[in-house]
Amino acid sequence: MTGIWAIVIPAFVKILVIIAVVMTGVAYTTLAERKVSAWMQDRKGPNRAGPFGLLQPVADGIKFFFKEDITPKEAYRPIYLLAPLLTLFPALITFAVIPFGTSVTVAGQTYPLAIAPGMNLGIVYLLAISSMSVYGILLAGWSSGSKYSLMGALRGASQVISYELGIGLAVLSIVLWTGTFDFNAIVADQTGGWGKVWFFIPHFLAFVVFTVSIFAETNRLPFDLPEGESEIVGGYHTEYSGLRFAMFFMGEYANMITASAFVVLLFFGGWNLPFVRYEWFGPLWGGLLSMVVFFSKIAVCLFIFIWVRWTLPRFRYDQLMTLGWRRLFPLAVLNFVLVATWLLLRGRP
Amino acid sequence: MKVTRPKLSWWERTYFPAILKGLAITLSHIPKIKKRVTLEYPEVRWALPPQYRGAPILLTGLDGNEKCTSCKLCEFICPPRAIRIVAEETSLEKEKRPKEFDIDMGLCIFCGYCQEVCPVEAIWLKDEYEMADYDRTNLIFNKEQLLARGRKPPYLPGREKPLEEPK
Repeated sequence: MTGIWAIVIPAFVKILVIIAVVMTGVAYTTLAERKVSAWMQDRKGPNRAGPFGLLQPVADGIKFFFKEDITPKEAYRPIYLLAPLLTLFPALITFAVIPFGTSVTVAGQTYPLAIAPGMNLGIVYLLAISSMSVYGILLAGWSSGSKYSLMGALRGASQVISYELGIGLAVLSIVLWTGTFDFNAIVADQTGGWGKVWFFIPHFLAFVVFTVSIFAETNRLPFDLPEGESEIVGGYHTEYSGLRFAMFFMGEYANMITASAFVVLLFFGGWNLPFVRYEWFGPLWGGLLSMVVFFSKIAVCLFIFIWVRWTLPRFRYDQLMTLGWRRLFPLAVLNFVLVATWLLLRGRP
Repeated sequence: MKVTRPKLSWWERTYFPAILKGLAITLSHIPKIKKRVTLEYPEVRWALPPQYRGAPILLTGLDGNEKCTSCKLCEFICPPRAIRIVAEETSLEKEKRPKEFDIDMGLCIFCGYCQEVCPVEAIWLKDEYEMADYDRTNLIFNKEQLLARGRKPPYLPGREKPLEEPK
């Protein structure tokens, strides 16, 4: 393996692994959503397909395949067909910059566990791509030719744009603190050494603002106004059916996984555990273990997403805007100023 | 009515205490395996109360003939007009009997008025509730089907078949 192949083949393998893990994660997050919600409501949840309902996502997938794919007469067809892709695609390509472990050594070669290793503008890329998912919502709502879809799309657009400010400022204070846009450096800054703790402790304000904002960014309850069933039918995906609807569905859950990875990397030390060094386990097993730890942390975050969804009621639209602009945005600015002042006066501890 | 709004402290106004309380409640329900209320339907069934109103049936009297005297009160009271009766004469004591007795189960609303109004207690709404079919014509129950759904009473001693109509 020399030349270009030494780069292409490992990258290809990593892409396959990540797509497999993320898509399986999406499938089983839907099952977890249904199971956890059932348990919280004293029900049993899906238990017919396979043991404990573990084959339910497969059954759902087959069902989506055989559903009729309807395009409304009033829809603007090219954009109507493009919109689901625009939702799913950004959700998946964000994983290009997310490092999901330390590195593995196979046959004397060391491969860093990221599709694009050493990308020193990872955060900027992630913010830019995740902002693109609003285009999917907006175009879907507009091109459906339905008032409910249009209302959902308008809500979605204004909500995502409002809460992106909070996310951006919270992330910016972390960036200011660490002085880098590189995920690996940020993770390294949170572990291994005195005074280096997971950032959700020293940057608690940023953590709160960021967490609340990603709930809005991923259109999850309590901020799921773009698809508020009880008000505007299905919101922006009212008119979609079959596999196209499934794409919105998968996009939402893939966005949740991306957002969870973002939280874990910025505030919960990435793949690191306190008092554990992966060098102890050797170059291969240490790397694989770090990957397992990272995805376990994502799973915990996903559980919190589900937990919050089945606990809190939906916000009213004006409450949503009040929270975003008059509570979270000033808080984020205050946090940013505090971090900047601290750095100016005291420097890094 | 005067609504008093409790004065909230700044900590309560951040929503955090209420949110955490709610999260604790939902989380506490996850391990309650014994309290699951799901009934796994085709295998496990609900115990029906005795007054349950399911599919209507026609009863057979002790003499082995249908109890219905074709008075048509049920046909008259039926709100969706699901019942259709064609009467005929009989030489039995009751003098009148239904020649045809059709209930369109596609129309029936299970209100139980027919049962309430029947002077001879011939029609009852019993505990059957699985009547789905792929063809609507199968949902029109005729007299024989309705009688077959109703349990036959034991015949009087020394009599194994219905009382013959006297000629």
